[in-house]
Amino acid sequence: MLNGINRFLRQLTLTLLVVWTAVSLVTLLIELVPGSPASAILGETATAEQIANFNARHGLDKPAFFVGYDSKNGLVWHGLTNRYADYWKSLLRGDLGRSFRTDRPVAEMIAERYPATLKLAIAAMLVAIGIALPLGVLAGSRRGSIIDNFASFIALLGISLPTFVIGPFLVYIFSVKLGWFAPTGSLYPDDIVLPAITLGAALSAILTRMIRSSIIEELGEDYVRTARAKGLSERTVIYKHVLKNGLIPVVTILGLQLGVLLAGSIITEKIFSWQGLGLLLLEDGIGKRDYRLVQGCVLVISVTYIVANLLTDFVYRWLDPRIRLS
Amino acid sequence: MNRLTYIGIFFAVLIIAAAIFAPWIATHDIATQNLGNRFAPPSSSYWFGTDALGRDIFSRVVFGARISLEVGITVVAVSAVIGILIGAIAGYFGGWVDAFLSGYVFNVFLAFPGLLLAIALVAFLGAGLGKLILALCIIGWVGYARVMRGQVLKVREYEFVQAARALGASNLRIILTHILPNSIQPLIVQASLGMAGAVLSEASLSFLGLGIPPPAPSWGTMIEEARNYFAVYPHTLLFPGLAIAVTVLAFNFIGDGLREYLDPKQRER
Repeated sequence: MLNGINRFLRQLTLTLLVVWTAVSLVTLLIELVPGSPASAILGETATAEQIANFNARHGLDKPAFFVGYDSKNGLVWHGLTNRYADYWKSLLRGDLGRSFRTDRPVAEMIAERYPATLKLAIAAMLVAIGIALPLGVLAGSRRGSIIDNFASFIALLGISLPTFVIGPFLVYIFSVKLGWFAPTGSLYPDDIVLPAITLGAALSAILTRMIRSSIIEELGEDYVRTARAKGLSERTVIYKHVLKNGLIPVVTILGLQLGVLLAGSIITEKIFSWQGLGLLLLEDGIGKRDYRLVQGCVLVISVTYIVANLLTDFVYRWLDPRIRLS
Repeated sequence: MNRLTYIGIFFAVLIIAAAIFAPWIATHDIATQNLGNRFAPPSSSYWFGTDALGRDIFSRVVFGARISLEVGITVVAVSAVIGILIGAIAGYFGGWVDAFLSGYVFNVFLAFPGLLLAIALVAFLGAGLGKLILALCIIGWVGYARVMRGQVLKVREYEFVQAARALGASNLRIILTHILPNSIQPLIVQASLGMAGAVLSEASLSFLGLGIPPPAPSWGTMIEEARNYFAVYPHTLLFPGLAIAVTVLAFNFIGDGLREYLDPKQRER
């Protein structure tokens, strides 16, 4: 028990450190912007007064960090009124600053788009499980058969084909040729089908491989021989015994992949003009040089990813007592 | 090695040859626009057809191999050197150095979604070949560092390393002449998989408009340009897409094959 608490605390500390690094990185990266954000937003014709106003409004008139360097005085201590400290202070209040472009709170803009991305990620995961579970079980239980080779081939294809190739071809077949779905958009319920398949394709490939090798490994265990010896049908052996044990590593991958899906949905969202967080980051953030919005989006996506990883780790340990004890 | 590895090697050689001999293989100039001949379907004079500006897609795909491999090789080389160095330091010195590097730094980089980090870097730095390579190196080195650290931990306990130390060899000498050569195999596997990853990341970033700007014939950029027309002219997207898939597949095959070959436990299966 004490061991478990220790491990939990260590994991939590590490997660907090990772989050701290992520925030610091995002905060300090804005300093790398060539020129100043003000001139990027206001354009070359902006007057000095306009620039000063903009900087004061967004706190850009303050120094970047606790310490700075200038050629005259060398290292200078700026004290606690700096942009880095300010960003942290407002972050702890749940405030991600105001958009450089629209002046709306960034947290509000993200909250509007977050559900769409989450919906897409979960749909993609369901698609992946729906494809991988039957395919992986069939391939694993009939090793070396035609089905196995076919599954391996499909899995390889799914891993190697980039989303931005799979997506357009799904659109070509199912929208242009067959006319089943709209090519882009996120207005109607069935608009999610093609983006979810696109985003889930790579995951379904990884899962198929994992389930296959997991099944193969479990089939060699003693309990399988016992189950077969007492006359259980192969179906019962696989679905009631093997699958239960074989799915433990799959759960880890699933959790980790939810994070990957959330982060990876940027490309899928662009292909299908899916109005999620990724498109917000790409079009409104990076496209319009709204650096405050970029900061917020990157932060929210990475923290979601990090937390998803942490949760998976716990679920995994909880599921398998062997891991808990060791 | 299994059949897939040889298939991988075959295609990798093909792509490398295309990149090296691109000026001789290409059938047309890659920049020449011919607006009278837009979206021409594949034919004997335009093997892969032409794009929205009437440029020859075959020649652009061939030259695209140069960009992909240039990015891939640079990223693999730079991140391997950095990763090997940091991994060697962590594994060799152990103690608080290792605790800090592998316990904190490695985990931070592993806990971060790689593509998002690259996107963030490029978003703030601006697009361009150099910055793209920098971003991919920043997300790439940690894989090598982890492999190297693991190898060093294993190899440094071997007797010949102990003997070298007893003979008074310096730390640097031991790392370079004894530990590195004995750690090279898993690093090659990592490099091959890293190559596939770098090619894919470059194409992804270029597709998002954050990589290599047009008119350079990056495969990702070509797909991004074809995005608006492929519904009517699928060939504009098909060939650059195939090129990416084949390249990524080839290096993944090689990496997987080598890993299996080098790991006797896997080979038995």
